[in-house]
Amino acid sequence: MLALKAENISKQYRLGQVGTGTLSHDLNRFWHKIRGNEDPYLKIGETNDRTTKGTSDYVWSLRDINFEVKQGDAVGIVGRNGAGKSTLLKLLSKVTKPTTGTIRTNGRIASLLEVGTGFHPEMTGRENVFLNGAILGMTRKEITRKFDEIVDFSGVERYIDTPVKRYSSGMYVRLAFAVAAHLESEILIVDEVLAVGDADFQKKCLGKMGDVTKGEGRTILFVSHNMTAIKELCNTGILLNQGQLAYSGNILDTIVEYQKSSEAQSKYLHEGPVETALGNENIKVLEFSAEPAQGELIDIESGILVKLRFLSLKAGINLDVTFELRTYEEVPVFHTGALVTTSNDSEVKEYSIEFILPKNLLNAGNYYFKLIFGEDQRIPLFIAPSTIGFEVENIKLGKNIALLPGIIRPQFEFKIL
Amino acid sequence: MNEPQQKWTETIDDTHSLFDLKLKEVWKYKDLVYMFVKRDFVSSFKQTILGPIWFFINPIFTTITYLIIFGKFAKLPTDGAPGILFYLAGVTLWNYFSGALLGTTNTFTGNASIFGKVYFPRLVTPVSIVISNLMRLIVQFLLFIAVWLYYLINKEIHPNWWMLATPFLIIIMALFALGVGMIFSSLTTKYKDLTMLLAFGVSLLMYATPVIYPISMLPGYFRSLAKYNPLTGIFECFKYGWLGVGDFSPSMLIISTIITIVLLFIGIITFNKVERTFMDTV
Repeated sequence: MLALKAENISKQYRLGQVGTGTLSHDLNRFWHKIRGNEDPYLKIGETNDRTTKGTSDYVWSLRDINFEVKQGDAVGIVGRNGAGKSTLLKLLSKVTKPTTGTIRTNGRIASLLEVGTGFHPEMTGRENVFLNGAILGMTRKEITRKFDEIVDFSGVERYIDTPVKRYSSGMYVRLAFAVAAHLESEILIVDEVLAVGDADFQKKCLGKMGDVTKGEGRTILFVSHNMTAIKELCNTGILLNQGQLAYSGNILDTIVEYQKSSEAQSKYLHEGPVETALGNENIKVLEFSAEPAQGELIDIESGILVKLRFLSLKAGINLDVTFELRTYEEVPVFHTGALVTTSNDSEVKEYSIEFILPKNLLNAGNYYFKLIFGEDQRIPLFIAPSTIGFEVENIKLGKNIALLPGIIRPQFEFKIL
Repeated sequence: MNEPQQKWTETIDDTHSLFDLKLKEVWKYKDLVYMFVKRDFVSSFKQTILGPIWFFINPIFTTITYLIIFGKFAKLPTDGAPGILFYLAGVTLWNYFSGALLGTTNTFTGNASIFGKVYFPRLVTPVSIVISNLMRLIVQFLLFIAVWLYYLINKEIHPNWWMLATPFLIIIMALFALGVGMIFSSLTTKYKDLTMLLAFGVSLLMYATPVIYPISMLPGYFRSLAKYNPLTGIFECFKYGWLGVGDFSPSMLIISTIITIVLLFIGIITFNKVERTFMDTV
């Protein structure tokens, strides 16, 4: 029995300023329509790649997506930023309609694209529970019946008759999630709500979502960048890439595909004449890559094998290479150099360097390398500001599948006395 | 295959019916309408000392101002009705209309953050705005009745049976506000220019409506033109029924009703058309 089926759904958006030219486009569209022609603007449009400047004003945020969801499935939707995940959720939750295609559903859909939608700051916690519940589609009777349960789950009982504008942001989120968690719908759509709240609360949310899928057998569609949470909660997955369905199937395979899809980013391999390789008159970088030291997925316990191959064009010097690892938030993690030659005897030839970033060193997150080639550890020969990047996937700690804070996540020999 | 027959309860696609208001769905969400009305009510008086008394202060002061400006300085006629009652009747009705119109016009732009995150029948919002304004009208109407009784006992006014038409007048006015409000709210999602127009348009419309003056003082040409303002018939009928003054004929009411229905129709169509995609343009 299927709970949801999407056929050929696409969504087109217009780029740039809406306003100038809107009226003329509308009139043109209308003119085509009354003559029975197809919408002229549907034919144009490009795939959604935000890094390149396109020529068209229209882009396809989603294009020809087909998938099915069985009743009771927990589906993880993964993809890079801008892959179309949120657009897909918006279509499923009826916030906006697809440009083409059909979605059929069986059962009530509740979507949780944000917690606390419609909360009014002047109203008390109690009033907001009823208001928010009603917005999410619950009847007053249902809310009254579940009210105690909701308040209990939120843990803000003491403040329930205080206006929510006096709440701390944590209390606000707790109350809001509690309402949503008690929705009675056959299909639940959840978008990264776990990005809010402290670790304790995130654990509680994930626990509740686990109950929803495993215990109550409801269908759930879940978007997150937290692969551990996805791995834990979902049994099937959908991978979106630039608005297109790149993979769908078993959740583990989906996550592996997800990492592979960013391989271009984690691997630099130069092909063609050496003159065009990355570098300058001193250095030509030929290959630079990061891959899991064991297994097929870079995660906290896999370790990372880093390979560098380059051509040195300067002979008779003390050559060194420094690897600087930074997080995507530009925090330097380390800046460590390898001394390639130490007695002024470098040659004009290819050098290869390999090393392993040990497991249990980096925490989950996105990182990138900066390369600095130098002479005598003082004079830079060539600097490559950002060459390759990679993502370390999270793994759970005990029963906690939430992303833990920190740049490193070492393991110590804890002595439990 | 021993799979049970696949059934679907809902289909989402790009087609839609222009006239389908999904009233059944709105009815399912009646608790939400109730909560929205309650929210409007509760939130407007939180942390005020006088609370709901503000409902009365507004029409009282407006009436006094009109009495001084239009009655004493400009010396506009009131068709022989007591000035206070004449202006209070106009103010009470006009407050309702402008409140409902401006509220519904804001439907899409003012609620974009909610609409962008969760689905419920969008019509719930304008309907709840019209209803919460109706609540305010009822409260303010009590004030009007009190003043009216005073003049009635003093035998200064001579009401007639047309005052029983009041519920009908209010419904027509509500539908007119809803229709025009829906048209504007739909168009403002794309063309923000209309917000500018409406900001002063509503206050100008008041002068084109017999709120502070009776229709009888208009010269012939203007008077036949004023008939096509759906509000003219409503205001004149109300004053005629309750105060027994004014130049009212049932044909005015028929014109009001027809224009209202046409506008409501256009409103429904534009609203339905915009409802499902406005998140992309707002």
